[in-house]
Amino acid sequence: MFDGPSVVAALEDCGVTHVVWLPDSDIGRWEPALRTASCLQLLRVCREGEAIALAAGLHLGGKRPIVLIQCTGLFEAGDSLRNIVHDLHLPLFLVIGVRSYHAHQRGASTDSCPIFTEPILRAWQLPYVLLDDRHRAADLAAAYRQAQAKNQAFAVLLPE
Amino acid sequence: MMTLREALEILAHHRGQRIVIATMSSASVWPSLSDTPLDFIYVPSAMGQGPSLAHGLALAQPERGVIVLNGDGCMLMNLGCLVTLAEHPANVYLLIIDNGLYEVTGGQPTPGAGRIDFAALARAVGIARVYSYDNASAWRAGAAEALTGPGPVVIWLKVEGRLGQSAPKAPRPMAEQIQRLRQAITEQIPEPPS
Ligand SMILES: [Mg+2]
Repeated sequence: MFDGPSVVAALEDCGVTHVVWLPDSDIGRWEPALRTASCLQLLRVCREGEAIALAAGLHLGGKRPIVLIQCTGLFEAGDSLRNIVHDLHLPLFLVIGVRSYHAHQRGASTDSCPIFTEPILRAWQLPYVLLDDRHRAADLAAAYRQAQAKNQAFAVLLPE
Repeated sequence: MMTLREALEILAHHRGQRIVIATMSSASVWPSLSDTPLDFIYVPSAMGQGPSLAHGLALAQPERGVIVLNGDGCMLMNLGCLVTLAEHPANVYLLIIDNGLYEVTGGQPTPGAGRIDFAALARAVGIARVYSYDNASAWRAGAAEALTGPGPVVIWLKVEGRLGQSAPKAPRPMAEQIQRLRQAITEQIPEPPS
């Protein structure tokens, strides 16, 4: 189970310096914790392609950003993702909320988001893991540390 | 009006120790004016994302200004970057090099060419330091002031469109550009933007 304070504590423990984000209704609840975090800065952007490029600039400048967005924004941000991960080879770390995932699993949603999120990530050749309600912020931190140790771009999917 | 080369020659006199990120048409001209480790030719790029890349760099390196050379077509792909720049102020000097064309695709007009007031757009989102120049002598006279002091700064330059241009090429592989930029950032002690 993820909540703002535990996620912020885990990210700060990993040395994450910036969270570049556009909220959705689930991860949006983390906003008070992100906004008041002592060791990381919350950067609000207008679109997800921008979030990825901004995080890339932070990386080039020696910081340790993550990108926190919803899958709808992932769909929009393909060109940025392609460029930053596959042309600049920066170890971008994304946390992506998957809208309607649980309802889709129950057959109770017509939202197309859960249908396309994982195939899109595979198409962009971005390795990922899905962390559900059985996982904790420590698992998110472990995924971050592992990806950074490999100098590898990586995504964590959070079912919503 | 001024030519792209004239506009960039004037910039070259005033860029100091700042990082320069060049995109699209500017990327084909800037390496002939400056090719130091602090010159980053953003090719291949993500369309319209030069200002956001520059913004991240400037936030990471607050003592060092970052100049980004962006075309009108690139601006239109990512107008939200102006809002983000106002939201998180940093020493970014965004040059909007406006020729009213998509130059590298053969010179087709950009939407709103000749009607868009990029300076008004920048002011409207809350960026206070905004400058406009539509000829070389005015830009030459104003460059020192525009490029002095803290960012964000938006500088709108009207330049002549060029036909028959091809897509820009980077002077060296991206991995090498990144390696030497990072080394320069780490090793060189910047002078704060004065
Ligand atoms: Mg143009």
